[in-house]
Order: sequence, then C-alpha cells, then structure tokens
Amino acid sequence: MQNSQYSEEAFLAAVRLTKTTDILQRKHPLRWLPAIFLAVVLAWFFSDVARNPAFGWPVFGRYVASAEILKGLWLTIWLTCVVMILGFALGLIIAVMRLSNNPTLRAIAWTYVWLFRAVPLLVLLLFCFNIGYLFPTIVLAIPFGPIVYQIETQDLISTIGATIIAFTLHEAAYASEIIRGGILSVDGGQHEAAEALAIPPLRSLLRIILPQAMRSIIPASASLLIGTFKNTSVASVIAVTDLLYSAQIIYNRNYEIVPLLLVATAWYIVVTSVISVIQYFVEGYFGRSLVGNKQLGSVKNYT
Amino acid sequence: MMTTNPHAYSPIIRLRNIQKSFGHRRVLQGVDLDVGRGEVVCLLGPSGSGKSTLLRSINCLEKIDRGVIEVGGRLIGHELVGRRLRELTPRQARAHRVDIGMVFQAFNLFPHLTVLQNIIEAPIAVRRLTRSEAVRRADSLLSMVGLSGRAHSYPRELSGGQKQRVAIARALAMQPTVMLFDEPTSALDPELVGEVLTVLKDLAAAGMTMVVVTHEISFAREVADKVAILDEGKIVEFGPARQVIECPGHDRTRSFLSRFAWKASD
Repeated sequence: MQNSQYSEEAFLAAVRLTKTTDILQRKHPLRWLPAIFLAVVLAWFFSDVARNPAFGWPVFGRYVASAEILKGLWLTIWLTCVVMILGFALGLIIAVMRLSNNPTLRAIAWTYVWLFRAVPLLVLLLFCFNIGYLFPTIVLAIPFGPIVYQIETQDLISTIGATIIAFTLHEAAYASEIIRGGILSVDGGQHEAAEALAIPPLRSLLRIILPQAMRSIIPASASLLIGTFKNTSVASVIAVTDLLYSAQIIYNRNYEIVPLLLVATAWYIVVTSVISVIQYFVEGYFGRSLVGNKQLGSVKNYT
Repeated sequence: MMTTNPHAYSPIIRLRNIQKSFGHRRVLQGVDLDVGRGEVVCLLGPSGSGKSTLLRSINCLEKIDRGVIEVGGRLIGHELVGRRLRELTPRQARAHRVDIGMVFQAFNLFPHLTVLQNIIEAPIAVRRLTRSEAVRRADSLLSMVGLSGRAHSYPRELSGGQKQRVAIARALAMQPTVMLFDEPTSALDPELVGEVLTVLKDLAAAGMTMVVVTHEISFAREVADKVAILDEGKIVEFGPARQVIECPGHDRTRSFLSRFAWKASD
C-alpha cells in the first residue's frame, strides 16, 4: 500500500536519514501484560500458601535438613547413580547388539527391549524382591552337568540388591533405545570414512561415532536420569529407606503428612534442578566443536 | 621402483568382470579395468552409470556380486578357496584397505575432532605410529595441501575446499599405494574447485596412482593418463584421456561429452 504522503521528496529525505540514523525498531509495549498478570496471580497464590497453616511450614523447616531425611536423600542419589551407570553399560551393549549384523543378537536385543519396556517398573521390582520364592537357590553349573556352586537366593540378593537389579533391567531397555537413536543420528558418511581408514569397529564406535551421537543422547538421557531419580520412590514399597520412605516413616510417627511430603518434594526439585544445570554444560561440551558456541541450544533461531 | 624393462606395463589395480546389482537394477554389468602404477585414471559418465559404485567396490565399501579385484598384487575382499572365491571376514577386508586411500564427495571429516586429530587418528590406531611420528607426518601433509597453521581448527571453521584438502591429507597419512576419489569437487562452490584440483594435480605429478570419479572434463583431459567412460554399468570407452575426450569413438561417449561442450572451451 502506498502512503498518501509519500512522494519523491520523502524518498530522498529517507535516503538522507540513512546516513545519520538507524531504522527505528518496533516497540512491544503489550508484551509485558501477560508477565504482569502472571506475577500478580503467583504472588497471590504464594502468599496464601505461606500463610495457610495446613502447609505446616514450621514443621517443614524442622525436618527439611534432618538427619533422617538427608540419609534418605543420600540413598536416593547413590541408588540413582548406580542404576544409571549399570543401566547405560547394559544399554550400550544392547544397542550395539541391536545394530549388529548377527540376526540372533539383533533378536535378543529386540526381545529384551520389548519385554522390559512392557513390564511396569513396580511389577518388575516386586518380582525381583520375591525372586527367592521363584528360585530358592541359585546354582552355578555346567548345563545338564555337575553343580559348581550353590547359594541361597535370600543370602545373595538383599532388598537393595533386588532394587538395583530391577531398576537396572528397566533402565537398560530405555537407555539402549536412546543410545541406538543417537548412533543412528550420526551421518552414514562417518561410518564409511572410519571404514575406509581401516579403523577397527570398537575404536570407531568409541572415538568417532559415540562422541557425535552424544549430542542427541544427552538430552534424552537427562530426562531418563531425572525420571529414574524420581522413580526410585517406587522402591519405598519394599521398604528401601529412600527419600520418600524416610519422609513416610516420619509422618507415620507424627501425622504431619503434608509438610513431610513437601520436604521430599523440595529435595526432588533441588536435585532435578542441579541435573538440568549439569545437562546444560554437558551439552555445551559435546556440542562445542559441531556448532558455534553462540548457537548452542538452538540449531536455528526461529523467533 | 626397479623393473628390468621400463616399458613393461604392470597394472597395480586389476578389475575383472565386476558385477553388482541393487535389487533388480544391475549397476555394474561385468567391468574390466587396469590401472598402471603411477597412472591417473578418470571415470566419467552420466549419473547412475555405476562409476561411484565401481570406485567404492575397489576398497570393499561396496560388496560386489561377482568379479575379481586385485590391488598391489593381492585379491581385495575375497580369497581363493579351492575353485571358488570366498568373502573375507571384516577384519581381513580391513587389513587390505589399509593401502587404499579414499576421498569422499561430502568430505566426511570427523566434525568433533580437530584437523590434526582427524589426520593422526588412523595412523595411530591402525598403523601403530607413535603420536609424535603421526603429528610430524600430519604437519608435512598439511603444508603439502597448503593448510599448515590450520591443524587446530575444527572442520566447521573451514571452507569446503579446505575441508576436502584436509580429507586428502587424512587419506594420505595412511601412506596408501592407491588413492580413490569419489567426485571430490562436486560438493564445492565453483570458486573452490580449483584449489582441490591443484592438490590432485600435485599428487599426480608426484607419481601417486589415482582413480578419480569426476565431472570435471577439463581436469580429466589435462591431468588423467586414461579415461574410462561408463554407461549403464559398462565401460563403453577406455583410452588415453585426450584421445577419448577430444575425438571419442563411441556414440554414447559423444552424446555424454557434448553436454560439457561449454566447459571444454573455457
């Protein structure tokens, strides 16, 4: 559309202006409206929560850093770490099996992922916890031959052992899919270049393929890690004294249910936030050579 | 090399009856090709004529259905067992690939490694060079391709032409006896083609045996000793580069080359 005041003189004036001034950027005064609205609503909500006696903030304050809670938190953290390490080690093996040329290995890997994604974590945990009923003794023997070693299942697998096994089996199924997706995301030319240089497959996987796969493995893994960290609360059903179970023990004693659930929630949020921050930096580490540092986090700026 | 008769022609690459199908499509229909030591052979032909597949079969990146590949006096990818050819294990096939360098159209540099790390990776892992030896070799190769000083850059910081020159240095670091080039300039902006072709010319002048799939007709005419024209999975014409390009004897060659007429004049 032509501006009615537009004329040749206006054009020349505009050209003259380019020598001294930049183009005036649009202002967005209404952009602040939703922010102000949100701030008011949140302030209203939080002041209400803070003054509501049912939340029991003094009780929260008393227990948030108590020895019992911190012990539960510590167990939750190391349990998560152990499960993540074992789960990803097993997951890497399964992912590589799934991508192998050997049809038997591929079928085993596929079946593993199918099975352990199908069984709910809680059910798997209860199976592992009760494995002593299914197999009272564990026997190390040559198939159809003599027994080499024999032990009572109850002696071998403790409650925490059953928890670690169940979580690792579950975790590995998801981890293997994340790793497989990462490996598939690496350009086929990278495999070919490594092959043409006669680099052995294991070295090629560890040096060439996986470092590049990390870019897509990390975000999904961070979500899995956070999920696992929170899922450890499932272990409270078999009396593993994790963060949630520690809080439950306390509120069964003093009936302060809501404040103690808030204590557990607060710690879950704190640790999850820490993981998110670590994720940001790890992503930066693995992305540093592939994209410019400035573009980190967004492949392209669409806004 | 010492030979009793300098005029005796002893090919370093011998391909016989190479056949390959993708499903029902026959990409290579019995190709024979000889490449002499120190020779530069360009494979030309319309897209889909099988020239890349032929090149990739020389170092087993592409499995062939039938045929014999010999490089440097030994069978590649297969072994003779009794009266049959048998496919080698991946480990054996890898050992044969060590002496064959390959340069890809899309460079395929390792983007997470620096230029130097790209070059020294295989010599250390495969040739068992010490790091300092590998670095020394990489430095001299980088100066050969005109990129000394870029050793610590990442591939993303380089132009296409620079990337391809690094890829050439990376292949040369394995001290191959034969170099294969799969359309080395096709992914480059026109103004960057020259710098890569210069490196190829230098290599040819230094006596490297090279097989080059290319669309650069003027390069083929200038640098190649021989040219093979492929069409529908067969070599339709093979001979000295100038002769084949300037006065082709075959109709298919003529119709293929006519599309490049504008290029030959500049």
